[in-house]
Amino acid sequence: MSEQLLLKVRGLRAEIDGKEILNGIDLDIRPGEVHAIMGPNGSGKSTFSAVLAGNPAYKVTGGTVEFHGKNLLELSPEDRSHEGLFLSFQYPVEIPGVSMVNFMRAAVNAKRKYFNEPALSAGDFLKLMRRKRAIVELDNKLASRSVNEGFSGGEKKRNEIFQMAVLEPRLSILDETDSGLDIDALRVVAGGVNQLKTADNSTIVITHYQRLLDYIRPDFVHVLYKGRIVRTGGPELALELEEKGYDWLKQL
Amino acid sequence: MNNPLQQYIDLYTGNPDMVQGNHGGALNQARDKALERLLEARRLPDRSDEGYAKTSVAEMFAPDYGINLQRHPVTVDLASSFHCGVPNLSTLMAVVAVDRFAPTRTLQQNLPQGVVVCSLAEGVRRYPGIADRYYNSLASRRGNAATDLNTLFTQDGVMIYVPDGVRLEKAIQIVQLFQGDSPRLAFRRILLVAGKDSRVAVLKCDHSHPDSADFLSSEVIEVIASEGSEVQFYDLEESAAATRRMSQMFARQDAGSKLTVAAATLFNGTTRNEFRIDCTGDHTATRLSGMAIGSRSQHIDNSSEVVHRGQHGHSDQLFKYVLDDEARGAFEGSIEVAEGSRFVEAYQSNRNVLASTGARMHTKPQLLIYNDDVKCSHGATTGQLDDRALFYMQTRGIPLDEARRMLMQAFMVDVVDTIALEPLRDRLRHMVERRFASADHLCDASCRQAE
Repeated sequence: MSEQLLLKVRGLRAEIDGKEILNGIDLDIRPGEVHAIMGPNGSGKSTFSAVLAGNPAYKVTGGTVEFHGKNLLELSPEDRSHEGLFLSFQYPVEIPGVSMVNFMRAAVNAKRKYFNEPALSAGDFLKLMRRKRAIVELDNKLASRSVNEGFSGGEKKRNEIFQMAVLEPRLSILDETDSGLDIDALRVVAGGVNQLKTADNSTIVITHYQRLLDYIRPDFVHVLYKGRIVRTGGPELALELEEKGYDWLKQL
Repeated sequence: MNNPLQQYIDLYTGNPDMVQGNHGGALNQARDKALERLLEARRLPDRSDEGYAKTSVAEMFAPDYGINLQRHPVTVDLASSFHCGVPNLSTLMAVVAVDRFAPTRTLQQNLPQGVVVCSLAEGVRRYPGIADRYYNSLASRRGNAATDLNTLFTQDGVMIYVPDGVRLEKAIQIVQLFQGDSPRLAFRRILLVAGKDSRVAVLKCDHSHPDSADFLSSEVIEVIASEGSEVQFYDLEESAAATRRMSQMFARQDAGSKLTVAAATLFNGTTRNEFRIDCTGDHTATRLSGMAIGSRSQHIDNSSEVVHRGQHGHSDQLFKYVLDDEARGAFEGSIEVAEGSRFVEAYQSNRNVLASTGARMHTKPQLLIYNDDVKCSHGATTGQLDDRALFYMQTRGIPLDEARRMLMQAFMVDVVDTIALEPLRDRLRHMVERRFASADHLCDASCRQAE
C-alpha cells in the first residue's frame, strides 16, 4: 500500500521563534483522496500547511515528509510547487506593481523550465489563462491588475483557486479557504475545487467549520489539537464536531 | 588631501587664452566672475559642508584628469558603441562626445523653423540675444563652487531654444559619451530655453564604456520654462564603475508652466545629481522624480530643492532607490514655500529598498514653510523586500531570485509612470527589467539592448 501514498508524514515537529507548534504529526494521503483537517484556533492547522509549503519562518525540528516518494522537506518552496504541491493561502498576499499576467507567466514558465519544457508562447499562455479563469468565473479585468491588490475577499480566494487550476497540482492544501466568503462565493470556490478533482490528485481542506465540507466532501476528517492529530474519522466526525464543538478535546 | 580646487585655478590662470579660445560671447563673459567667486570660496564642497555629507565634490575632482583645453577633435563611433534607440520614439538626436557637440544629419534636417538645437559654442555666437540673457543666469544665482568651476572651464555644450508658441512634436535626444583609454574630465553644459506656451521634451543619455579609463563629468543644466510652457527633461545614466558624475540642474518656472524632470541612474560609479527648481510664477506644476538602482559599489546621491515663490503652485517629488551588494545611496530633498506664496501644494516622497545587508541608504527630507495656506507633506521609508510576497511567489513556483527581481522591478513602477512620453516609459520599464536581470555588468543591459 505504502508505494501508493502521495503524502506520508511521520512524527512531524516544527517550531516558530523557539515555540513548538507541531508536536509529532502522522498523516497518510493516497491519490484521489480528500482529507479535512479541523481543530480549534491555535491547534497548528495553518502551521502544518505552512511547513508543508516550505515557509522559512518555521523550523522543522523532527520527523519526515515524503511526497510521492521524494523527501519534501529538503526541497525549496518553488520546487515543492513544481513537484505538485499547492497551498491556497488563508490570506493571499498583495503584490503591488506585479501584474497578474506577469505573475502567472513567471509561475507557468518556471514550472515548464523545471521539467525542461520550452516557455509557452504568448498565444498559448493567454488561451490557458482564459480556459482556467472560467473555472472560478474570475473576471478578465483582474488579469491586468496587480496581484491581489484591491481584490475583494471573494476575488482573492477565487484567484487562489484559479492559480491552482493553472498549476494543476497533485496535492492542494486549502487553508481556511472558506474564511471571509459569503455563501455565493463559497459555492463558486468549492465548485472550482470539485471541477479540478481527479482520481489522481488529492486535497487537504483545512477549516474551522463544517460549512465548507457540505460543498467539498471529505473522505477523511482529522482533528488537530495541540500540534497532534488526536482523532481521525469519516465525514460524520465533522458533523459531530459541529454539534459538540471542540471543548470535549480538553478532556483528552 | 590638499586643495583640489587649486590645480584648476592654476590651470585656468596659466592658460586663460586657451580656455577662452575663440568661443567669445557669453561663455567668456561669465568666466571672470566665476573665477572671482572660486578664489573667494577657495575650495570645493566636501563632506564637512551641509548637503554634501555623503558625497565629496572635492574628492571627485582631486585626481588629475585630462581636459581637452585645446579642443582636439574627438571622434565618436556611436553606432558601434551604444544603442540609444527608443523603439516607436522618433527623436532629434545630437551627440556630446566627451564635451564636444556633434549634431546628427537628421537633427539638422528636421528642426522646425526657429527652433535651435546646436553647439553651445556656436549658439553664443549666432544667438547672442538668447545666450546673453539666459546663459549662467540661474547657475550663477543658485550655484556653488562646483557650478563656478564648470562655468570657468565650459567651452561647449548644447543650446536648445524653442520660440514662443512652438510645440515640438519630436523629442530632442542628447547622447553624452565618454570613450578612450586615458582619463578625462568633461565640462558639460546644457542651456534649455522654452519660450512662452511652447512645448519641448528632452531625453539625455549619459554613457561611458565599460572597462574604460577614469572619467569625470562636470555638468550644469539650466532650464528656463517661460510662461505657459511645458517642459519635460529625462536624464538616463548608464555609465561604468570608473565614471564619476557631478550634475547640477537649475530650473526656473514662470507662471503656468509645467515641468517634468525624471532622472534614472541604472549603472554608474559615483554620481551626485542636484536639482534646484524655482517656481517663480503662479500656477506652476512640477513633477520631479528619480530612480536609483545600485549594486556592487555604486554610489548614488540625489539632492533636490523645490522652491515655491508664486501662488497656487503644485509640486510632486518622488525618489526611489533599490540598493544591493555594497551600494550606497543618499537623498536629501527639500520643499521651500516662500512667504506670501499661498495655496501651494507640495509633496515629497523618498522610498528605498535595501536588498542586501551591505547596502546603505541615507535620507534627509526637509520642509521649510513660511506661510499658512499650504498643503505639504514629505515622507521617507527604507526597508527590505516583503518576505510574505517572496514566499507567496515561491509557492507558485517562481524561484527566489526571480521573485526578488520581480519585486524590485515592481517597486520602480510608479517612478517609471511619471514619464509622460509613452514610448520612453515602455523603454525604461524594459531597461529596468534588464537592469535587474543582469545586475552584474553594464554591457549586458546597455550594449545588447538593440538585439
